[in-house]
Parts: sequence; structure tokens; C-alpha cells
Amino acid sequence: MSLTADDVNKIAYLARLGIDTQDTESYAKDLSGMLDLVAQMSTVDTDNVVPMAHPLGQVQRLRPDQVSEENQREAFHAIAPQVEAGLFLVPKVIE
Amino acid sequence: MHTKTIAQLAKGLQAGDYSSVELTQSYLERIKQHQNLNSFISITEEQALTTAKQADQALAQGNAPLLTGVSIAHKDIFCTQGVKTSCGSKMLDNFIAPYNATVVEKFNAAGVVTLGKLNMDEFAMGSSNETSFYGSVLNPWATDTVPGGSSGGSAAAVAAHLAPGATGTDTGGSIRQPAALCGITGLKPTYGRVSRYGMIAYASSLDQGGPMTQTAEDAALMLQIMAGFDPKDSTSVEREVPDYSSDLNNSLAGLKIGLPKEFFDAALNSEMAATIEAAINEYKKMGAEIIEVSMPNLKLAIPAYYVIAPAECSANLSRMDGVHFGHRCTNPADLNDLYIRSRGEGFGTEVKRRILVGTYALSEGYYDAYYIKAQKIRRLISDDFNKALTEVDVIMGPVTPTPAFGLGEKISDPIEMYLADIYTIAINLAGLPAMSIPAGFIDNKPVGLQIIGNYFAEAKLLNVAHQYQQVTDWHQQTPKGFE
Repeated sequence: MSLTADDVNKIAYLARLGIDTQDTESYAKDLSGMLDLVAQMSTVDTDNVVPMAHPLGQVQRLRPDQVSEENQREAFHAIAPQVEAGLFLVPKVIE
Repeated sequence: MHTKTIAQLAKGLQAGDYSSVELTQSYLERIKQHQNLNSFISITEEQALTTAKQADQALAQGNAPLLTGVSIAHKDIFCTQGVKTSCGSKMLDNFIAPYNATVVEKFNAAGVVTLGKLNMDEFAMGSSNETSFYGSVLNPWATDTVPGGSSGGSAAAVAAHLAPGATGTDTGGSIRQPAALCGITGLKPTYGRVSRYGMIAYASSLDQGGPMTQTAEDAALMLQIMAGFDPKDSTSVEREVPDYSSDLNNSLAGLKIGLPKEFFDAALNSEMAATIEAAINEYKKMGAEIIEVSMPNLKLAIPAYYVIAPAECSANLSRMDGVHFGHRCTNPADLNDLYIRSRGEGFGTEVKRRILVGTYALSEGYYDAYYIKAQKIRRLISDDFNKALTEVDVIMGPVTPTPAFGLGEKISDPIEMYLADIYTIAINLAGLPAMSIPAGFIDNKPVGLQIIGNYFAEAKLLNVAHQYQQVTDWHQQTPKGFE
């Protein structure tokens, strides 16, 4: 499996991940290498195997629908890049 | 004082031989003296001394918990309230955690002093500690070699006696591999045994925190505090925590040790094989029986891991978006530009590689071929181990294919680096507990023996490790310059 620099740019956009133009070729090479490594998986027949998500087969625990967390807005705003009037600030989204 | 184990220090503190403040000061001094190792990202001197004073008061009143006043350090992946928690990344260089990880909370409640936060591979992705934003950590045994990763700072600090114990995390070998390369004891518990709450997530179905110490006895003491059900961790296992120290002295006569033939094939170099065989001979002398077992799907562990871990990391790290916390680029043109540049500037090369592979594997049309396929292979690997563990009590083998490799030797070839985890990764996929203990040296570089057990058999592993440490002194060796 071989990825091109164009593929890398597409995947990087899906991940919203900035990549320097001069590095795309080397990412394409490394990612192709990783996919070659991963391709060994296809040597095994897994048609009747159940996928394993939790080693102990545990399913998601449910809890009563009750408020358990306190509001910590100030603590969380204290570490945010930009806040104003009690809100997280980002560039304008809607014109 | 600094070469003492946690068990010895706890006794000394309880007996009043020295105070927690004295002990803490002596470690803080050593940490500053050996800053060239680069094992610490943050030193929390002021808080450490405040906690030590409180510990001394508690000790004076009597009835203080066993480890009161002992000092340890945390891998910088565990959130510590009011203290920078960087996860080895520029992305979180400005992140002051607003809460404590459950593990940190538990050590605090037990009166344990935190000396600081330890260096690590960025977001725990690496096997050499060279991907850290804060630079490489040096291996105290040979400072031109790597300490292993991702818990490289933890392993180097314990090996150099800058702390008697440290926390680490293990997703594909990140406790056991650095423990092996630095000549210390490391334990990765059963998946779900130690809370992941506040432990910054890399691959959530594999991540597990555990202790890194000089001895198995100390690992038992630390695990006793760390283990237990946590309602704040959705994959935490609700199961009673046994006394991990009570079985340490059990006899190993009749112990059945499985040796997977796939662990001892041509890939393992002859010196490593000889060292591991010598360790297994010690077990034979203690009355253990050796049985060959087989793991036919072991060779698929690295391929399956490099789908599952990147897929989960690409999802987990999507929260690092420059909006709520962490690094934000300057003057973003719009929201997309903010995401793309903040993440592009905040993450290093290895993290980007894994996010990209994970994003690709989870993208439309590829999910079944990659992620589901890998989850199926994961079950095959797990079945191999489960089958072997019906025939034997523990499985043994090497932790790494070679002793510590040189700084810069593998960093330019990621695939080569991934293959260094061949003996550890399968255990995370199966979710089993495993240890690395010092078992000898090759060219003055430590070698680790891996001991793998059944689910929740941590007490058995600790017993098996402790008995070996009663008849050998590999774990008591100290690197030159750190005596």
C-alpha cells in the first residue's frame, strides 16, 4: 500500500492537522511503510472471529442519570487560550 | 538514604530514623545535581516540602498510613492539580491541570510526597523517550544510549536513585521496556485494574498505569495504593483488591513456567537469549517446571497494534484543538485555520504520523479492513495467551530484542523503532498483567526478564519476581556516578 503526497494532504485535512509542505513526501513514505507493516494482517482468515474491544469482555457501565459534577467554569476558563464574558472565544464562524 | 527501597524508607520514617522533610530534601538535591539526565520536566519543590511537613506531623501522631512521607514522582501523563501536565508535548506546555488523576489523588491520600513530573515520549508515543518536546532522557547506565520509552523519565529517575519509585503507563510496553533498559522493576497491571481517570489517553483500550521501582516488594506497595475500581473510569473493573504483599514469600516449588517458542526464535540475539536462559535456570533451581508453549499469532501483534493504537489516538487527540486548553496558534484566519495550525504547531512528528494513520484507518471505506480486522486479530492473540495460561502459571521471555540502543540510532526509522516492542505489545492487546525485572547485563547494559500472568494475577507475578530478587542481586546494582 503506497500513499502519495496528495493522499497525505487529504488525510491531514480530515484530521485538521497542519503539515509543512516540505514534510509531505517523508510522511507519505513513513505512512506507506506503516500500512505495509499492517498489511500482514490480511494473511490470516478472521471471518468467524468476533472483534475484541475490551480484554475482559466488559460492556459499558451505566450510571443513574443524576448530576454528579459541579460547575467548574472558572477553573476551566483559567486555562483556556481565550475567553470573554464567560465564553470560550474562537474566530467568527457565521458571517 | 537515597539507595534505600520504598519498603526500607517507610520503615525508617515510621521509626523516626529520619523525617520526611529530610528525605524529600535529599531527593530534591539529587534531582538538581543530576539534571543532565533530563528525567524531570517539572520539580515541585515547594509542594513536596509542604506535603513532607504534613507527613511528619502525621507520623508523629502515629497511625499514619504505611507509605506516609515516602517521596515518588509521577510520569507527566498524570494530571496534577495546579501543576503543569505536559504529556511531553508542546501542545500542553502551558496546561496546568485543573484536577488530579485518580492515581495522584490516591497517593496524596496515602501521605506520599510528589517530587515532580517525569519526562516521557510525546503523548506516550515512542520507545526511546526521544519524541519528547523537552528533549531526550539519558540512560544512567550509558548516557549515550536511550532509557527506553515512553516512561523513560520514570525509569531513568528510579535507576539513578532520584526517586525511590515512580508511576508509569504502558500501552505497548511503555513501563516494561524502559524498566528493562534501565535495570529496574516495572509492572503493567491487568487492563482495568488501575484507574485511567486523569491519565491523558493515548489508546484507551490498551492504556494502563503501573509502578516502576527498584524491587518487586516496592511494586507491591505502590500497586496497593494505585489499584481499585473507579467509577470515573468507564472501563475500570469492579473487583476486590487483594493484599499484594502477602504472597511475596510463597515458595515457587512446582511453579509452571511457559516459554513461548516464538519468543526465542532467530530474531533474539544470542547474548540476550543466554541471559534469559540463565534467569530461567534460577527458577529451575527454585523448583519451577519449564513447559514450551506456542503463540502462533504473535507475529501479528505489531501490525494489529499499529492500527488499534493510532486509530484510538487519532480520536483521543482530537480534543487538542486549541479552543479549550493547550497551544493555540497566533492570529487564526478562521476556525479551520485555528484547528489546523494549532495542531500542526503543537504536535511533533511521531504523534502526527500516528494521527494520520489512525485517521486513515478510520476513514470511510477503510474501517472494516483496518480497525475491525485488527480487533479480530486482537482476539486471536488473546486466545493464544489464554490457552497457554490454562497449562502454565506464568509465561516468561525477554522484554526487548537488545539492551539499550544508542541515542539517535532508530529515531529516523519509525518502523525499526516499532519492531523494538515485539515482546511487549501482544500483552497489551490481550490485556494481561506483566512485569519486567532486572536479569543481568550485556556490556554493562541492563537486561530485563518479562513475566506474564493471568488476568488479575498481579500478586502471583510479584511473588515470582520477589523470589528471584531473593537469590539474585541484579536489581541492587547502581549505575556509576549515581551511588
